[in-house]
This record gives sequence, structure tokens and C-alpha cells, in this order.
Amino acid sequence: MKKILLALSTAAVISLAASAAQAATKVCFVYIGSKTDGGWTQAHDIGRQELQNHFGDKVETVFLENVAEGPDSERAIERFARSGCELIFTTSFGYMDPTLKVAKKFPKVKFEHATGYKTADNVTSYNSRFYEGRYIQGQIAGAVSEKGVAGYIASFPIPEVVQGINAFLLGAQSVNPDFEIKVVWVNTWFDAGKEADAAKALIDQGVDVLTQHTDSTGPMQVASERGVKAFGQASDMIAAGPDTQLTAIVDTWGAYYIKRVQALMDGTWESQSTWDGLVDGILTMAPYTNMPDDVKQAAMETEAKITNGELKPFTGPVTKQDGSEWLKAGESADDGTLLGMNFYIKGVDDKLPN
Amino acid sequence: MSFPEIIVLVTAILLTITTAATPLLLAAIGELVVERSGVLNLGVEGMIVIGAVVAFVMAQITGNAYLGALFGMAAGCIFSLLFGFLTLTLVANQVATGLALTILGLGISSMIGENYVGQAGAKLEPIAIPLLSSIPLIGPLLFDQNILFYLSIFAVFGVSWFLFKTRLGLQLRAIGDSHGSAHALGISVIKTRYLAVMFGGACAGLAGAQLSLVYTPQWIENMSAGRGWIALALVVFASWRPLRVLAGAYLFGAVTIGQLHAQALGFGIPSQLLSALPYLATIVVLVIISRNKRLTLMNTPASLGQSFVPDR
Repeated sequence: MKKILLALSTAAVISLAASAAQAATKVCFVYIGSKTDGGWTQAHDIGRQELQNHFGDKVETVFLENVAEGPDSERAIERFARSGCELIFTTSFGYMDPTLKVAKKFPKVKFEHATGYKTADNVTSYNSRFYEGRYIQGQIAGAVSEKGVAGYIASFPIPEVVQGINAFLLGAQSVNPDFEIKVVWVNTWFDAGKEADAAKALIDQGVDVLTQHTDSTGPMQVASERGVKAFGQASDMIAAGPDTQLTAIVDTWGAYYIKRVQALMDGTWESQSTWDGLVDGILTMAPYTNMPDDVKQAAMETEAKITNGELKPFTGPVTKQDGSEWLKAGESADDGTLLGMNFYIKGVDDKLPN
Repeated sequence: MSFPEIIVLVTAILLTITTAATPLLLAAIGELVVERSGVLNLGVEGMIVIGAVVAFVMAQITGNAYLGALFGMAAGCIFSLLFGFLTLTLVANQVATGLALTILGLGISSMIGENYVGQAGAKLEPIAIPLLSSIPLIGPLLFDQNILFYLSIFAVFGVSWFLFKTRLGLQLRAIGDSHGSAHALGISVIKTRYLAVMFGGACAGLAGAQLSLVYTPQWIENMSAGRGWIALALVVFASWRPLRVLAGAYLFGAVTIGQLHAQALGFGIPSQLLSALPYLATIVVLVIISRNKRLTLMNTPASLGQSFVPDR
């Protein structure tokens, strides 16, 4: 252990010296998974590479992979803050409180936390309206599912995931009002085996379309084997299911990272809270494949409508799972409600964990 | 739901359970032999993940999943030799070395597999045993499986026979219980322990091969996802008895898969509770087992985790 610590501190000293010599802006990333997970973390790492290519020598990017949420992440973030990182992106929901804690100790260092909701003077919160893509996916599922039941592999019952489930169902119900979804919580972001098991369980119980809010390509692979259709998550997962993937929500963080680092260099960086969507290009849809042309056409139209603001996925009339009215006809949900979403809408065959 | 439909669903569920249980069983049965010889190797997770990456990469290179599995087994075995050298020859602390092996294994495997992430690969296809495989329910479950499933079952009975019915097995257990006495009797403690450690490594390597060639036929970093630790717990759970390892692995697999199905059926039980069930079940059984102190002590290898330095 001592040796490891020694190696780490030497590395920190060396990188500190290096950054001083080049006077490059040091930008650091904390990842929940591995940079080649084919999903969430890979999307962030592609963003990091775009950032590096954009600025060349002027920026030094460093990342840490497989950092568990909780106390481990606090240590990792603090190490970055000590090692001369000027801007630290923490890219998982569970890093929120650790990020704020470290940020308090290092007021000169800037932090950006992804997909949370808390900010501070030196902590920005940035997020993407993944649910816009989920709505399109749901619409496709509603059209291609013969049984009218989709399987949803969910990670943790946080607002972002609940938004996704509800948006997916609203999209599906816009095509097939009786559409239902079965939800399985795997309580992990990344465990290919467990995600695959969940996919098998759902398929065994008769769903013919799968979607996931976990990060590995395990479910896509099971779907391919069993001959059902599926949606990719965070990255284009077409390689894992060439005849299976209908489309995928693709996170494209690069432009945002470039914008924020530029702001830091210009001295205009300020704490903010952003929630961009399809219109800002932070979210894109993978090509619509393995579906009939009319479904593809409809999906593209919906994508265009959401992008130009004509369609808001959470627009009434919407009834909650317990039968009470949530949104009146024509009424759209405000961001505050969405960010704290802790209830299902009608048609989800599951009880929401607390 | 009609009766034939129920049979189909049950078969599907049981099949998923065997897939989930096999890697645990393989790794645990290997570790059982290691611990029976008095060595505690906490590096199971690292050896599994090394086995997984080497099996996948070699299957891709050679285009043959069986060769891949063989290389995965060899890789686990070679990797365990590192542990053996450090703890048996250099007499390093077993707990620390085992932990280091896990960390090292995770790192090295990421490096080896970097260019293979996400590729669709060869997988181990089921081998149907004629006639037997056409029996309803049992057929597809027991006689239409991949080679690693057959091997895992064979390993349980093989190890059981070896430990309790052969002279070498008796010697191995003697070393685990009292390496000093075994040494005085002229049994080669270090050599036997090396062999046990290598067997454990080979089994963990095969468990890894199962992950990357059967469970989810691809290479994903950290794909062992804690299964090595569960295997370690299973050995204690089984109080170092091979047949109980079999029961434990399948119980664990059944609860894991069962809770997913319970969720999909929409029973409305909190999912966190369901996810914790396999671990709760393990704890409950451990408590029950350990209530009988005499029995527990009888089965625990007395020299477990202690280094051995021959005095002459």
C-alpha cells in the first residue's frame, strides 16, 4: 500500500511539474466506468478527446476510470484538486455530494458535475435532456412491439431514470394507448452479466422490445441472441447488435466541454446550471435502423419537432400511476418537477422504489 | 398461462440460473482446494478477470472458443503462480498479496483487452448429449449445455472424491490443518500448496472464460464485477465442503435471477431489498452454520492463511 501511495504522489508531483512547464490548462475527468465501456463513460471520454484535439498543447487532460460513487470518489476528486487540475468534470450522479465537499476545500478550483442538481460558487451542474431521446424510443417501441410490452432495465431510482421511464412510456402511448412497460432494477450502472440476466428475465416474460438505463452492451447482446429489438444507451451500440438496435441515445459532450474550458481560459467561467437537449446537440440519436420506413419517418419527424421546440415530451393530459391527474391537457411540466421526478405515470407495471 | 408455457418459462429461468451460477461454482471450487491446503488467496477476482480477457482475446485470434477457454485457464494458472511465488517461496503475507493480485489483475486485463472491447466474439456453443437432451425440462437444463457447465459439475464431484477418497487429498487436508505436522511426516508442504494454488488459478481462469465466452460473449473491462468475492464467500458459506459449494452457488444464482423475475412480474416488492436478497441469504446460512461451533471448527482448515517456513 505504501508503495502505491508513493507511486501516486510521485505521479502527482511529476504531473504538477509538467503542467507548470507547459503552462497548459489542466482539465480532469472522473469516470464511473471504463473509458471503453461502449456506453456512458465512453461518451464522456470521446468528449474529452474532442476537447484535447480542439485545444492541442494548450490543454492537458487527465482522467480516472472506474471510480466508485461514494467515499472513493471523494478521494479521487480531492487528489485531482491537489494535483493542479483547474477544472474537474465529475461525470456521474453519485459524485454530486463528494464534488461539493471537495469544492468547498478548494475554492480556486472549478468543478462541473454531470446530471445532478446542486451547485456552488465553483461548482456547475450540467445535464442533458436524455428523456427527449427516450420519448422518441418509446414512440418507436409502440410501433414495432407486437405484444405492446417493453422491458426496461433500470439502474437506480433517481429522477433522471424515472424521467426516462415515463418519457419512454408517453412516447409509446402516443402510438399505442394501451402500451405497458415492465421495469427491472439492477441497482448498478455497470455489470454486464447482471444486465444480461435482467434482459433474459424480461424476454422470458414476454417483452419484445428492450431498453436500458445501464451502461454496458450486455442487454443488447442478449436481445440479439433472442431475436428481439433493443435501444442503445449513451453510445451507439450498433456493433453489439447490428440487426437489433433500433436507435440509441448518443451523448455528445465534446462541444460543451470545449465551451466550458474556453470560458475558463477567457476568465469568464461562472457557476451555472444547464440542462441542454437535442436542440443544443448535447444529445443525438443514432441512425434509425431495423424498423419499417414509416416508423423511421415518424421518429425523424418527432425528433425534428422536439428539436425545434414544437413538441415537449411531458405535455398533458398525463395521469400518474395512482390515477391522479398530473398534467392537464396542453400543460407542460416545468423543469423543477422533472428534476425531482419521483412518481410513475399510468401504465408502468412496477412499484417505484423509494 | 397454460401448462406448456409455464414449463417453457421455468426452463428458461433455470437455464439463466445455471449460467449465473457456473462462474461462481468454478471459481469457488478452485478456491476451496486452495483453502483446504491452508492458503488463503484473495486474488480470485483478479484471476477471473485475467482468465476472461485472455480467453476472449485468444478466441478472437484463433477463431476457436475452446482454445480460448484453454488459454484462459492457463492464464489464470500462470497468474496464480505469481501469488504462489510471493506467498509460498518469499513468504509474503497472503491477505495483502491476494488483494494486490486482484488489483493487478484488473489493471493488466484492461491493458490486454483494450483493443478488443465491444467486439462480437466467438462463444462456447452448447453440446447436446444425444437422447438425454430431449427429456423435457431436465434435458435442455442438464444435457444441452456448454462445456464449462459440464466441467463445473464434474469439478465438484472430482474435488470431493479427491479430497476425501484419495491419499493425496488426505495429505492436502493434513497440510491445511497442521502444516508443521504434515512437514514432520515428510509431506512436501510447499509443493502441494503450489499445486493447490495453481488448481485454484486454473479454475478461476475457467470461470473468467465462462464470463467472456458464455455469459456475455464479449470483453468488457471489470466484467467479473465482484464475482470473485462472492466465490470467496461461498467457500466459507460451504464450510469448505465441495457439495455445499454446489448448493451455495446455485442458491445464490437462483436468488439473483429469481429477484429479477419477481421484479419483471411486478410484485411490488422494493427492488433494493430484492437485490440484497442473495447477500442476505448468504448471511442467514452463515449464521445458521456457525451456530454449531464444533462443526465449524472441524471443517475450517486450521492453518488457513498462515505462512509456512520449514525449520530444516
